[in-house]
Amino acid sequence: MSTVQNLSRREFVKGMFSTGAFVLCAQVAPIRLLAGSTALSTDPVGGAAFHPSVWLGIEPDGAVIIVASRSEMGSGSRTGPAIVLADELEADWKRVRIKQAIGDAKYGGQDTDGSHSIRDLFDVMRQAGAAARTMLEQAAAQQWNVPAKECKASLHQVSHKPTGRKLGYGELVAAASKLPVPIKESLKFKPRSAWRYIGKDTSLIDLRDICTGRAEYGFDAHVKGMLYASVEHPPVLGGKLKSFDDKEALKVPGVKMTATIDPFKPPHVFQPLGGVAVLADNTWAALQGRQKLRVEWDNGPNTAYNSADYRKEMEATAQKSGKVFRNVGDVDAEFAKGGKIIEAAYYTPHLAHASMEPPAAVADYRNGKVVAWTCTQNPQEVQNTVANVLGIKKDDVTCHVTLLGGAFGRKSKPDYVAEAAVLSKKAGKPVKVVWSREDDIKFDYYHTVAALYMKAAVGADGMPTAWLQRSVFPPIGSTFALDTTYSDPDEMGLGWSDLPFAIPNHRAENGPATAHVRIGWFRSVANIYHAFAIYSFVDELAHAAGRDPLEYLLALLGPDRIVDRKSLAENFGNYGASYEQYPIDTARLRRVAQLAAEKAGWGKRAMGKGEGMGIAMHRSFLTYVATVVRVEVDGQGKLRIRQVDTALDAGTIVNRDTVLNQFEGAAVFGTSLALFGEITATGGVIDQSNFGDYHVCRINEVPEKINIHIVESDAPPAGVGEPGLPPFAPALCNAIFAATGKRVRELPLSKTKLA
Amino acid sequence: MIKLKVNGTDHSFDGDPEMPLLWYLRDILGLTGTKYGCGMALCGACTVHVNGEAVRSCVTTLQSAAGASVLTIEGLGAQGLHPVQKAWIKVNVPQCGYCQPGQIMQAAALLKSKPHPTDSDIDDAMSGNICRCGTYQRIRTAIKAAAKEVA
Repeated sequence: MSTVQNLSRREFVKGMFSTGAFVLCAQVAPIRLLAGSTALSTDPVGGAAFHPSVWLGIEPDGAVIIVASRSEMGSGSRTGPAIVLADELEADWKRVRIKQAIGDAKYGGQDTDGSHSIRDLFDVMRQAGAAARTMLEQAAAQQWNVPAKECKASLHQVSHKPTGRKLGYGELVAAASKLPVPIKESLKFKPRSAWRYIGKDTSLIDLRDICTGRAEYGFDAHVKGMLYASVEHPPVLGGKLKSFDDKEALKVPGVKMTATIDPFKPPHVFQPLGGVAVLADNTWAALQGRQKLRVEWDNGPNTAYNSADYRKEMEATAQKSGKVFRNVGDVDAEFAKGGKIIEAAYYTPHLAHASMEPPAAVADYRNGKVVAWTCTQNPQEVQNTVANVLGIKKDDVTCHVTLLGGAFGRKSKPDYVAEAAVLSKKAGKPVKVVWSREDDIKFDYYHTVAALYMKAAVGADGMPTAWLQRSVFPPIGSTFALDTTYSDPDEMGLGWSDLPFAIPNHRAENGPATAHVRIGWFRSVANIYHAFAIYSFVDELAHAAGRDPLEYLLALLGPDRIVDRKSLAENFGNYGASYEQYPIDTARLRRVAQLAAEKAGWGKRAMGKGEGMGIAMHRSFLTYVATVVRVEVDGQGKLRIRQVDTALDAGTIVNRDTVLNQFEGAAVFGTSLALFGEITATGGVIDQSNFGDYHVCRINEVPEKINIHIVESDAPPAGVGEPGLPPFAPALCNAIFAATGKRVRELPLSKTKLA
Repeated sequence: MIKLKVNGTDHSFDGDPEMPLLWYLRDILGLTGTKYGCGMALCGACTVHVNGEAVRSCVTTLQSAAGASVLTIEGLGAQGLHPVQKAWIKVNVPQCGYCQPGQIMQAAALLKSKPHPTDSDIDDAMSGNICRCGTYQRIRTAIKAAAKEVA
């Protein structure tokens, strides 16, 4: 879907490369933006329909500069695509530098979410690398007056084999710049066996800067003359400012002014919540001033939101018929036959992202234009949101992207950047908005709360002949249209309407729930509660049948096959990927389940009193994952997670060490949500506020050993940042059942006494 | 007027003596390697050394740091990388990296007092430092690697 064309060079590269650099301009058509479109713009500067883009430049000294269009939040999205390009270019990685792109539609989609950066950019980067390599070879051939096919690029130089002559990439820059960029169809790619970096271990490009304190995050952004701002938000979603008194606040040394921010116009989407800001010379003064504000709010209807009551409502809804998202066979007829019926209900709470770096942004408003520096997963959405909130043009918003101190989905919603822009306009100076940890926990776009109901009719062998699953949760759609109470096919496709089991009668439903807080994407999204219900229930069925949970799970998965697309919901999203390229392949699920089990010593390891193993598997973000957790629970109910074995098949992987780190991290993130994670509301106000009452795992609470096992695969690349999380909680709870006989049907585990 | 030494350089400050060291380092001196995470000594992202001890700079007032010698992540490796930094790089510890300056400062203080820490020593010393990305297994490995190098 992507093309490399001969494009003019100068316009793209202002400020990014020195004059005299060889810059390859690749017109890239990202899959998402291109859907349904065939026309190619001839305007190299980025016309309306297609947005040409530069991906690399080579300086006369040989330095290769690769443009990172995606954000770095810890999942390696700044380094990974560059590895692919450098490999295909035959560049020496030590001579590669990475420059972060500003938000600009010419780079295609830049949203770093949904674990799709490598998937989106893999071919694009290879094409850009191969085109540049070909041009360098051609330039050398011209210089030596020999056929191009006798010239071969390797590790930053081109050699002429018959004569042994060599020219470095830097020496070829001038000549290569004069050549036309070859068309995509003419490109020859390196064979997989010749890959130098792809699939190997590469350190993050920012590693040394991170370890020496030089890495710049959004919280660190600084513009001369800026004020620091802290915003008092309405405590309840949709609340409005009644009145405020800033007399005492203004007396705090360093406080310069206060300013209001208008409440959002429903739906809230990514608009600021509104409130009163204190602007000061430094962060401390702003925080002190804010404490001295006296504010009265009109809190509005969401004060009716109480988590305990809401849970009861959701659980009642889950007992009633819902909207059908997938239907195979006739579940009701099968249930009506009588026989053995097994039911279970599960519950998972709201979660906060709690990235270590809270939201922060610097914005400078001048003459109707805004320049922002911020930790964002989506600089183009910053452009949209800031433009909408200020009533200016999107093109008049420039967004520079810093490193992100974690994000997990929170920083794809740029409300905080819009706050900085509004305040900069009011102050007539650049303004840095910093969110405190309390702001971050109390005013998040929360992972949704969910109630799930499962029902199966089982035969004499314990296998289900009918399977009904129903979920109820306020959907993410409520952030975009307040009256949205049912989920949508895309969200249902995240582990619910794509159940891969061979069950003759199957129905997936969703019931309605009204949102009272902002709901948003959170690492792995709906897969978390879907996988929790499904794989806990499978374990329950296995034990009810007196069968080994692994053996039962694989029996349920059925014979190795590609799940028939027609058996899935018609509008199944498949993470935006084509089903032909990324089908649901049960053989790959089986393989990861068997590998995780084998590595954990499933069925072989002698288990003592209070010890147990549990397994879960799940395909999400097009990646196949299985996790086995081994636990020990003592007589007092104290849980120790002894070992985690996670096997994964993510297709072609780019940076092996990043994959390992992401899946190790997923086991820890999973431990946090399984053991401790819970956000609740009373009277519409979030009860938690900081790491004291929103506990996340510390080094002494994590699994004692986490082993990650990668299945070698040459399938197309799939996701890595998110898919490690969903199987963790059910595997852990299944292990606890094996160890204690206690079935955990709600998270977090801190609610359940294990002794 | 509060006087203190930061990374070997003398500084004086005549602002709010209650200002936490964290904001002085970040906003006044521009040393942004020390991070804000919670403001309540709950997460360790702001860890620096004051007179050789690891402290949470978010709750350490400037007044209490008067006359002290402060070492931040920027100063730790000023004369070549500290063994803990080297180990962090070798093990590829970071994901997002935001908490890592605090983790590194805490680990450096641990190794100074306990050159051969046990797992339980590591738990005790490091459990105040949160890593939301979940790099704890690598942190443990890196501390042990650094201990070997120091020894």
